[in-house]
Amino acid sequence: MNHWLIAPILIPLLGGVLQAFMGYAPISLRRTLALGTTVLLLVSTIVLLVMANDGSYRLYAFGNWQPPFGIVLVLDRLAAMMLVMTAVLALFAHLFSIGGADEGNRQFHGLFLFQLMGLNIAFMTGDLFNLFVAFEVLLIASYGLLMHGGGTARTVPGLHYVVLNLVGSAVFLISVGMIYSVTGTLNMADLAIRVLLLSGEELELVKAGGMMLLVVFALKAALLPLSFWLPRAYARATAPVAALFAVMTKVGIYAILRVYLLIFGDDAGALANLGMDWLFPLALITLIMGVVGALGAQSLKTLVAWQVIISVGTLLAPIALGSEEAISAALFYLLSTTWTVAGLFLVAELVASQRGSALDKIVTAPRMRHRTLISVLFLIGAVAAAGLPPLSGFFGKLLILNSVTSGPEMAWLWSVLIIGSFFTIIAYSRAGSIVFWRTVDGHIEEPKPLGGNLRAATGALVGLSLVIVAFAGPINEYTNATAAQLQNRAAYLEILQIPMVGEEN
Amino acid sequence: MELVFALVIGALTSSGVYLLLRARTFPVVVGLTLISYGVNLFLFSSGRLTTGGQPILGSTESYSDPLPQALVLTAIVIGFAMTAFVVVLSLRNLADNEDDHVDGRQGERPEKPEQKSEEERSQ
Repeated sequence: MNHWLIAPILIPLLGGVLQAFMGYAPISLRRTLALGTTVLLLVSTIVLLVMANDGSYRLYAFGNWQPPFGIVLVLDRLAAMMLVMTAVLALFAHLFSIGGADEGNRQFHGLFLFQLMGLNIAFMTGDLFNLFVAFEVLLIASYGLLMHGGGTARTVPGLHYVVLNLVGSAVFLISVGMIYSVTGTLNMADLAIRVLLLSGEELELVKAGGMMLLVVFALKAALLPLSFWLPRAYARATAPVAALFAVMTKVGIYAILRVYLLIFGDDAGALANLGMDWLFPLALITLIMGVVGALGAQSLKTLVAWQVIISVGTLLAPIALGSEEAISAALFYLLSTTWTVAGLFLVAELVASQRGSALDKIVTAPRMRHRTLISVLFLIGAVAAAGLPPLSGFFGKLLILNSVTSGPEMAWLWSVLIIGSFFTIIAYSRAGSIVFWRTVDGHIEEPKPLGGNLRAATGALVGLSLVIVAFAGPINEYTNATAAQLQNRAAYLEILQIPMVGEEN
Repeated sequence: MELVFALVIGALTSSGVYLLLRARTFPVVVGLTLISYGVNLFLFSSGRLTTGGQPILGSTESYSDPLPQALVLTAIVIGFAMTAFVVVLSLRNLADNEDDHVDGRQGERPEKPEQKSEEERSQ
């Protein structure tokens, strides 16, 4: 038992509850408290990262109930990495929102913090049903956040998003029910043991349940046949919300990594590598579709939203191959792409705020204000996202390319990824040259002020791509260790033996 | 009992899916509600159907599994909250677009990508 594990859940919960009660307090007080909560969350996740870096599993059992009977939180390297990644992203997105995006809705900060709480539960839980609850917590907060902001543009994409996710939740419950009805447990470690004992009809039930679970995770991750909701919803969300949503698809990817490596991993007997032969081609087609969408994007935010889909394809292809090197490479790219995409959403918002009525549309317009600053930020973000050297996206993609062993998979992955990256570069250079270079004579009326918060948050998120390059060695060591830990199923199963409070002697 | 139970779940889910694929928000909301009823019953049955069973050890010959009941309770609460949210969102859609079509106003601004997402809902 380690009580620190609950800190990343309790901190945003308490901060969010506080926000819910002080909707009428002065906005400066609400902002200070909300930002303080996010900073505190970041500190707690870094503490957990340092703790998890020793390679052991830590456990927090709610109510001191011994797993598999109670719900547990489990901290390992993967969970710690996701927590830190989310907290860093959340801090800068939050800082950006304080530049003015949080006005107009008294509960913005509360929803933001509840969303973080849901994300953190999802990353730490060791229980399948608790994962469902975590998804619901983060989803209901995200529904509110998606609708945040004035105007009617978000209603229809919001409705699609909500209805789709409700259907996803129903499918999640059905698959949980199918798995529970046969195995009699929902604890992930216990499930990993029980699936080995199944045979005959029971095996088929779990197989069906596992495949339905993959559908749900693919919906969250926006894998191809389930990804059409994403571009419109993300492109119309308020910028800091869109930036935070960059991590939402990664929850689906995290869930696939966690559940499918642990329960349906290499040594799961008849259920080994369930669904992974479907995942690989779908991931590649997702990548292609993302590139096509990016080429046809009409506005910068839509372009970045398609970049989210490109990164989903790029991440799931190596994960489907499942080797240790591939997973390590995918984790490295995950870190890079999440921050870069979030930074690009913020850059797109800066562009929109400085171009008057042209907003972020990819059309010629009068020269924007603060062009030098914004164009440099866009350049860094685009280079990192497209995967050109010397920024982090290049190293991520290089690691992914390097991780596949020769064979038909290698031919497919190399050709799709490299050609896809090439067309991504074309998409970004087209958008960048039209938006920043081809200006027409004219005058922009009432450009919005470019506050220090906005500059700092955008600059920091985009600049993280340089930080990843500077610390590429340690980060890669960490992802290697994470992948090794993920592949070692037996070590995870030992959490069932960890003594509870009062049993230690 | 198993047959009746299975038929009820099947009827609820299939009518739910049918309604979900309609183009207006009201049938979609009703469809979601029916699906969540079907799912709750299904979850309930994952602990096996017993009559007169009790979840307390030593009290009876046939035990019933208490965990699915807890799961169903959680699922009902969450489903209820989500349905309430969808109803509000549908009303907002109706107010914003003066139309209760799931893709917003029809005719005035036909947007092609939306056609695809309708198929997605069946997943």
